[in-house]
Amino acid sequence: MSVLLEVKDVSKSFGGVAANVDISFDVTEGEILGLIGPNGAGKTSLFNAISGDVTPDKGEIRLSGVRVSGTGPVACARAGIARTFQVVRSFDSMTVRENVMVGAFCRHTRAATAMAEAERVLDFAGLAAQADRPAHSLTPPEKRRLEIARALATEPKLLLLDEMLTGLTPTEAGAGVQLIRDVRAQGITIIMVEHVMEILLPLIDRAVVLNLGRVLTSGLPGDLVQDPAVISAYLGDRYAQ
Amino acid sequence: MTNAITRRRRLELVVGAVVLAILAVLPLPIRDVYTQNLIILTILYAGLAQAWNILGGYCGQISLGHGLYFGIGAYVSTMLFVDAGISPLLGMFAAGAIASLVALLVGWPCFRLSGHYYAIATVVVGEIGHLLFLNWDFVGAATGLYVPFHGQSWMNLQFRTSKLPFHYLALVFAAATWIVAWVLEGSRWGYSWRAMRDDVIAARSLAVRVFPSKMAASAISGFFTGLGGAIFAQYVGYIDPDSVMAANISILIALPAVLGGVGTLWGPLIGAAILIPTSELTRSYLGGAGGVDLMIYGALIVGVALLRPAGLVSLLGARR
Ligand SMILES: Nc1ncnc2c1ncn2[C@@H]1O[C@H](COP(=O)(O)OP(=O)(O)OP(=O)(O)O)[C@@H](O)[C@H]1O
Ligand SMILES: [Mg+2]
Repeated sequence: MSVLLEVKDVSKSFGGVAANVDISFDVTEGEILGLIGPNGAGKTSLFNAISGDVTPDKGEIRLSGVRVSGTGPVACARAGIARTFQVVRSFDSMTVRENVMVGAFCRHTRAATAMAEAERVLDFAGLAAQADRPAHSLTPPEKRRLEIARALATEPKLLLLDEMLTGLTPTEAGAGVQLIRDVRAQGITIIMVEHVMEILLPLIDRAVVLNLGRVLTSGLPGDLVQDPAVISAYLGDRYAQ
Repeated sequence: MTNAITRRRRLELVVGAVVLAILAVLPLPIRDVYTQNLIILTILYAGLAQAWNILGGYCGQISLGHGLYFGIGAYVSTMLFVDAGISPLLGMFAAGAIASLVALLVGWPCFRLSGHYYAIATVVVGEIGHLLFLNWDFVGAATGLYVPFHGQSWMNLQFRTSKLPFHYLALVFAAATWIVAWVLEGSRWGYSWRAMRDDVIAARSLAVRVFPSKMAASAISGFFTGLGGAIFAQYVGYIDPDSVMAANISILIALPAVLGGVGTLWGPLIGAAILIPTSELTRSYLGGAGGVDLMIYGALIVGVALLRPAGLVSLLGARR
């Protein structure tokens, strides 16, 4: 399998706060990579760099060998990077279908073809029944689904999911996990940030652990939970033997 | 494909055609010149408000300087007619094009400002234009310009014996702005505008190009506002900076959409149908003294903001 995303020595500070420091890792095509770490570790900041919302101070990010860092969110989306947001963002004056059409217009100029693409994605994401409801009337798990559907409508190669299962009931989270597996089955590579380990560990192929803006370690999910460095980052030194 | 969106859009076209038909026969039984004039102005402002709505409603960029584009449109076609003998039928498209260009020049710096700052900047730009024209001899300064009567014809866009031609000209103008808004609403631009108005960060993440989209909205909006200004100039036969460029023109262009419902197809029409007769009636009965019309606008806006923030169109149970 070839490398889809390369993150090389990426650093980003906000004022005095170093959100990301010399972060490097690769993401293989077709995998689900977990990005984990305690609060404030720099996970969302890294997503912002990969999706083009912020330009790293140092280092670069490449998608399929082409530099995307610093090109801005529009170029990143066109290059094939889509994302969801930790705090849900929906177009509240529009219906669910219209929300998804905004994403579909990324690849389709004509409204008719964008509409057909939106139809396909709504079915895939299990939102067909809600298609003509105003976005603001959706329940929180439905809004999460809408964010994924909208992102998928841009026909991405890489999907960044920022805590999309957080705050859901076990049943809702289970349905979300199934959706993520379905997305991967379509050949889309996924990086996901999630705090709930019971949900995350069975789902991901590999994890990168961040702490205080740096890569602490990376590896298979089963190995990481036993790593003393990971345990101490999450729980404090007392718990690491 | 049929779904809720295509069905709604088809229904809008049917309702639009019915409204157009009603407005086409409306003036026929009316003999009273005052009422005829009121209807013409209302239809003209419905078109202007729709033009404003493309930028201020769909795109969410509240402009309080559209009087500038209106005035420039009025001056361009008038000067082309008076000084170069160019038919206003052609001149009004030149008027639209130049107003559109000016709208782009205003948008270039101002779209870098967000929200209220953009609105304030447009007030300032509009007022600068007004002052410039008041002192610019080439355009007649404060004296303004008369449109001399060259004979009654469509070529000259001058009619003395009947107001009907202007009724239909205003109607074609308003219908054109409505159709353009309808087309844009269903297009990529329409979706981009509404998305970035709701959440600009999410819109960007879906490849919406914010700045170019705003510039496009501004150019289209400015074009039709300038066109409306040219029609108005031919209709009244005399223009000066106070009558076509002052701040109250900007308000009168923006207010119908705000009252009726911004970013909707029917809002500007409903708003103009209420606001323009109200404005004209208070002006003729109270002589515009003491700014009574402004007080009535203020009361209307406060009332709508408190009771129906989505505009009067939401009373019809319409979407959004
Ligand atoms: N735009 C910004 N301006 C200033 N500081 C920022 C900005 N974005 C992130 N930070 C800071 O960078 C650090 C990392 O934040 P980030 O949101 O990336 O953490 P996170 O790993 O996503 O945390 P959480 O699990 O709580 O979401 C924090 O200290 C945060 O305050
Ligand atoms: Mg975060």
